Amino acid sequence: MKVLVAGKAQGTVLKSTNPINFLGTVDKKTGIISDNNHDLYGESIKDVILVFPSGVGSSVGAYTIYSIKSNNSAPLAMICQKADLTVATGCALANIPLVTISNEEFESIKTGMKLSLDTDSNLIQYQ
Amino acid sequence: MELTREEESALKGEHGEIMQMAYRILVATGEATDADKLIPIEWAHLSGVNYNTIGDAGEEFLSNISKIARVSVKTTLNPMGFDIDNVKNYGLDENFISKQLSIKNSYETMGVIPSFSCIPYEIFEIPKDGTQVAFAESNAAIHANSFDSLKTNKESAFSALASAIVGKSPYSSLRKDDSPNITINMKVKNPNELTYGMLGFFAGKIGDTSVNISGLAEMDKRQCKAMCGGMGTSGTCAKFIFDEGDSDCEKIDFDEKEMKNVHDELNTAEKGDVITLGSPQLGLDEISDLTSMLKGRSFKKRCMVFLPRTVKEQAKKIGYTTELERAGCEILSDCCTCLTPLINKENVDAVTTNSIKGAFYLKNSNGVDVNLKSLSEIIQDETR
Repeated sequence: MKVLVAGKAQGTVLKSTNPINFLGTVDKKTGIISDNNHDLYGESIKDVILVFPSGVGSSVGAYTIYSIKSNNSAPLAMICQKADLTVATGCALANIPLVTISNEEFESIKTGMKLSLDTDSNLIQYQ
Repeated sequence: MELTREEESALKGEHGEIMQMAYRILVATGEATDADKLIPIEWAHLSGVNYNTIGDAGEEFLSNISKIARVSVKTTLNPMGFDIDNVKNYGLDENFISKQLSIKNSYETMGVIPSFSCIPYEIFEIPKDGTQVAFAESNAAIHANSFDSLKTNKESAFSALASAIVGKSPYSSLRKDDSPNITINMKVKNPNELTYGMLGFFAGKIGDTSVNISGLAEMDKRQCKAMCGGMGTSGTCAKFIFDEGDSDCEKIDFDEKEMKNVHDELNTAEKGDVITLGSPQLGLDEISDLTSMLKGRSFKKRCMVFLPRTVKEQAKKIGYTTELERAGCEILSDCCTCLTPLINKENVDAVTTNSIKGAFYLKNSNGVDVNLKSLSEIIQDETR
């Protein structure tokens, strides 16, 4: 596990196997995904541990992450396979814990699992 | 990432809150990209200007930091939500206008050049080969790396802003040498700008930080821009390398079938109510071409043409704008097809465009359907 933005979080996993383009496909107010080609179409990312491969698309997506945090619709933490700058810097400014994990770990996490993340002790615990 | 003693103290907050924030962002960026240090940059290009995309949270953030933050290198700026000269004609609400003006004002206060363009590589002089820059606009980052011999990562809105303030960026991925692990073989015959946009979109989906492209003939400016715009929309890739790739490189064909897949994903309407040209915005060459294609012809419906203000001024002097207006074009500067609040679901069901980037964001962000066509098809079908 690599820590990009430090912090602690506990919650239920919402996992996507598709990358997320935060700009334009995540509603700034509600955190609902509006891209009907996406496997999380219609889902809200509010208050979940959001697990997805990586962020893609426009650089302004970082502002979307900052906005959903300001509107209390942000995930509790994000876990990615690969780090990209949109997600890293959006989480850095919004103070959303962000880590990257190995492909094996990524495969083992499923939607609906309860997770606790603590970057100080470098731990992801399954409950 | 190693920091110098001075950088460490800035991160601890000893040089003030703004520097601390900027360094925190640069450190997260550096960790995300396995950087070993920060290096100086000479030019930053910022995204995060359109109120439509950054919202109230963004507007307040910029308003707050602009009280103290100042950029320390040449810094240019992406398009905003409207053309300030004719904003009154578009029925935007007062809240949008005042928030957008506040964003404009915050950037100007910080010392940013109000270029409002997504094609800085066409409207500013390109620094010498190998110069480190920090471009947040995705098509511009790809263009800088692939066609202008500059070096930038595909920055985020915040990493480019932090770099503009500090004058440095993490030394990682595309700032160093990069060897792609995938080669795309271009197999589509007689490509036009739309084909190149689709190729870019395809490459962005499968590439990592950079991709090899083989089988391409000479491209013109419009085709290069279309490819960069497409790639920036779909992926994290920020460089095309025009090479066959070595033997352990994975090889993938971009053929008629793959092209049809991209077209089917983005084309959601048979025809549009409005035509939009420019995402990325059009440069002077493209305006010149468009003017000659429209000689003696007029659009049968509304056609919005998006270009940078500096290009509009040049085009005006040459007489192109008069000719375009005669043909029924609405000319807009300071803003762009992509994510423009000037096109919304209440007024428009579908848009005809040749821009892959515009198509993706119009559909996903504005909820407007898209009819994708090349420029020559647009002129053929939509003018008389």
